[in-house]
Formats: sequence, structure tokens, C-alpha cells
Amino acid sequence: MTAAAISTVTLFVVVLFLIREAFPALTSPGLHRFLTDESWHPLSNRFRMTPMAAATAATTLGALVLAVPVGVASAVFVRFYAPAAAGRAFRGLLELMAGIPSVVFGLWGLLVLVPLLAGHGHSGQHLLAAICVLALMILPVVALSAAAALNAVPESLLVAAAALGLSRPSVALRIALPAARRGIAAGILLALSRALGETMAVVMVAGNVVQFPDSLTRPVRTLTGNLALELGYAGPAHRSVLFASALMLMLAAAVSVSLARVVEGRPDE
Amino acid sequence: MSEGGAFSRPGARFDRILGAVVWLAAGGIAAVLIWITGDTLQRGLSEVDIAFLTTEPTDAGRRGGIVSVVVSTLMILAVTLTAAVPLALGTAVFLADVSARWSAAAAVVRWSLDVLAAVPSIVFGLFGNALFCVVLGLGYSILSGGLTLACMVLPVMIRTAEQALRSVPAELRMNAAALGLRRTARLWHIEFPAAVPGMAAGLVLGIGRALAETAALIFTAGYATRMPTSVMDSGRALSVHVYELAMNVPMGDRRAAATATILMILVLCITSAASSLLHRRRIFRRSEA
Repeated sequence: MTAAAISTVTLFVVVLFLIREAFPALTSPGLHRFLTDESWHPLSNRFRMTPMAAATAATTLGALVLAVPVGVASAVFVRFYAPAAAGRAFRGLLELMAGIPSVVFGLWGLLVLVPLLAGHGHSGQHLLAAICVLALMILPVVALSAAAALNAVPESLLVAAAALGLSRPSVALRIALPAARRGIAAGILLALSRALGETMAVVMVAGNVVQFPDSLTRPVRTLTGNLALELGYAGPAHRSVLFASALMLMLAAAVSVSLARVVEGRPDE
Repeated sequence: MSEGGAFSRPGARFDRILGAVVWLAAGGIAAVLIWITGDTLQRGLSEVDIAFLTTEPTDAGRRGGIVSVVVSTLMILAVTLTAAVPLALGTAVFLADVSARWSAAAAVVRWSLDVLAAVPSIVFGLFGNALFCVVLGLGYSILSGGLTLACMVLPVMIRTAEQALRSVPAELRMNAAALGLRRTARLWHIEFPAAVPGMAAGLVLGIGRALAETAALIFTAGYATRMPTSVMDSGRALSVHVYELAMNVPMGDRRAAATATILMILVLCITSAASSLLHRRRIFRRSEA
């Protein structure tokens, strides 16, 4: 009882402290400055965050665009096409992949992927590299939750469909996937909150220049990356602005995970 | 469902196409995973030897080993577990057992844990920096880092422990109640022992999360490479060491790969331990049923 209260209070303490630290930025320069200042030069009190917000949006969406089709396809593989042993082994592989530390993904990105992507006029540390690394990191989330959702589709439904003469692809694509859509969507929203919040791997491959992501080969800096790079030397006003952006990230994550729960419907208990 | 013969002929060609697509997707994922782990191991293993594991880093980590980093990591983990395990167990008991009469409260607890699980780890880092380092005056220290990680791993530990407690067969619980055991005695003598494998899996998953974490530690535990003498010292975790070597130390990437190798081996052992524990729980449940 007490323990449950403390665990719950943890969330509110986190929110409270973020608000407390962000308060100066939210009141005196004001939120609108994040949109209207001419640039991000925190040392001379210019706090335009839109390029970094756009970079966060671009990396997150890009990663989802790559990871969702592959993840869902691999879930169809596990449920409908894989021999039992291969399906089990593949699921184990996904669990291992989900456990790999983000710095290891980042290091691989930096040492292997970035040199591969380097080309004329850019070093390979850019938006596309960040998208690729992020996509790999969220793949297990998408694939495992889609596989779980497909597994939860009642066998009787699939057998009935097959008895009506539907072929295996029709059963998979027209019966099973639609029946599992809520679970799959919830998994995608969880993956979204993961991609939104990932920091170290992105910092290692994104190039970290504050600018609008108007091309795939442009170095970008995400909101999370900015926190990791700047909190260490931030003065009071700057620190407060950074906490304000942390608060916004937290809100975004809270919204996406709450949506995931709503979409998923009541968990069976 | 895996026998194609159960389905009618006209779909056969489409079946082959979709089959090829999904095999390709799964094969691609497996190949990339092998690429990432294989490449890191190949770069790292040649650098790893006894000296690497037993000496302190010198020359910003380019030379020497990682023993002080390993010790810091273990100390951070110890702080995390000391703080998180009792809280996680208590909350899990509440959610699994007591909450039937408190369903609204349980819903709030569940929601807050879901949100807590989704909070970006760098945000935990900022929070930990503000609360533990500044307000509580702990500074950049192993204690600050460990406590920050404790907040972070709570949700996963609670969820697994709750599921473990719930999967204890209801008859056990009812028989114990019928024999007149009090709730605490029932928890202690019946439910906890039966749920141990599942709860251990939660513990192990939490350790895996904590080991893998970087962003929450750079502004709480700091990055001193000295051998820590107490939990009030700043200490660099393995993952932070990888990041620092790769990003901020020129020519540090060989040592970064070596450290990443050690980190990855630890995490992989822990992940497989967790899944084997969860697997055992399933067998246990079947034999009970």
C-alpha cells in the first residue's frame, strides 16, 4: 500500500521537479519565444526550438515508416509462415535485440553505418543515419507487440476462414491483421514514444547541427540530443529552457502511451 | 496454421509471394542483428584480455582497462536495486492482491507506471540532476545515479512481479485462506515462494535496463574514471564509458568497442536469464493446472 503510493508519487515528483525547474523559462522569456526567436543561441538568450522539434518529428516518423512494415511483416512470419522452431528462435532473437543497449546501436551506427552513408559533401552523420539506427531500435517493439496481437486472435476465427476456402495470405491479411489492429496500433504508439525519447544512439549518428531537417543528408539535432549535449554547461536561464523542453518531451511520451492503452482497450486481467 | 495444404489452390501463388516477403523481413532483421553484434564483438574481443578487466583506465581511456568503470557500474546497480526492489515488491502486492477493493486507486497506479515507463531516459537524467544532485545536495555521485535509475526501472519490475503474483493458482490462495492463514502469512509462505521465478525475471529485466542505460547517468552519476571509494563519489558506468570513448576521445573507438563487447555480453546473459526464468514459470503453471 505504502509502496504503491510511493511508486505512484514518483511520477508526480518527476513532473513536479520538471515544472519547478522549467518555471522561469515558462514565465519570463515565455513559451512563445521557443517559436519566435530568430535562432537557437542559448548563450545569447535566443531560444528557438522549432528546428530541433522538427528534427525529433522527422527522425521519429522516419523510423516508424521503416520499422512498421518490416515489423508487422515479421510478425506475420512468426504467426503464419515460420516453422514452429524458427518462429520461437526468431522471437528470442527479437527479445535479445530489444535488450541491446542504445550505446551499442550508436557505436555500430558511428563505426559502420555512418562511413557507409558518407557521400559527397556530407560526413554520413545526418538525418538518414539517425532514422536508420532508430528504426532498428524500435523494430523489436513493433514486431513483438504485433506478434502478440496476432497470437491473441482466436484460432476459431482463422480456422473458420480457412474452412470457407480463404487462402493463407487472405487469412493473414484480411482476417488476422484487421482483428489484431488494436494491439498492433498500441505497439506502434509504444514504439513512437521509444523513438521520441531515444537519446544516445541519435546523438552519436545525427551530426547534431541545429537546423531544419529539409533533406535526408542534413545533420540534425533532436530535442533529446540537445539535452544531452547542453545541460552540462547550461547557465540558469538556459537550464530552465532545457527543462521546459524536457517537460514537453515527457508530455508527448505520456500522451502517446496513454493513447496506446486506450487503443489497446482494457487489458485482460 | 503453418501447413499450406489446408488452404485452397487459387491463393497458391499469392501465398508464395507473401511467404517470400515475410521470410525476407524476418531474415533481414536477423541478418542486421547478427551484423551489429558480430561487428561489435569482432572489433572488441581482440582488445579484451585479463589486463583490460583488471587495470584502471589511463590516457582518457585509450590505454589501461576498465576495472574502476566496472566497479562503479556495480555500485550504481547495488544502489538501484536496494531502492527499487522493496518498492516494486510492495506495489506489485498491492496491484495483484489488495487492489480488488481499490480498483480506482489501482487504475491510477497502473496509469502512472505506464507513463513512467514511457518517460525518455534523458528526462530522468534531468530530473535526477535537479532532485538528487542539486536539491538533496548529493552532487554527481553513484548514489544520485543509482536512485535515478531506481525511478526508471520501477515500472518494469512492478509489472513482472505483479504478473508473477497473479499467476499463482487461485486454489493455492483459497486453500491457504480456508486454513485460516492471515494475509501476511499467506503472502509470505504461499504466494511469494510460488511467484519467485517470475519475480526474479522482473528483477533481472530491471538489472538489464539499468545496465544498458546511459542518458539518465551522464548528469547524475557523472563520468569520473577514478576507482570509487564510496557511493558519494562520481563514477562512470560502462555504457557512459562507451559513449565518452566513441564521441569525445579521438582514437577511442577500439576501446569503446571493447567496452561495448563486455557490456553486450553482460546484457545478453541477463536477457537470456530473464527469458529462461519466465519460461520456467510457464512450465510451473502448466503442471499446477
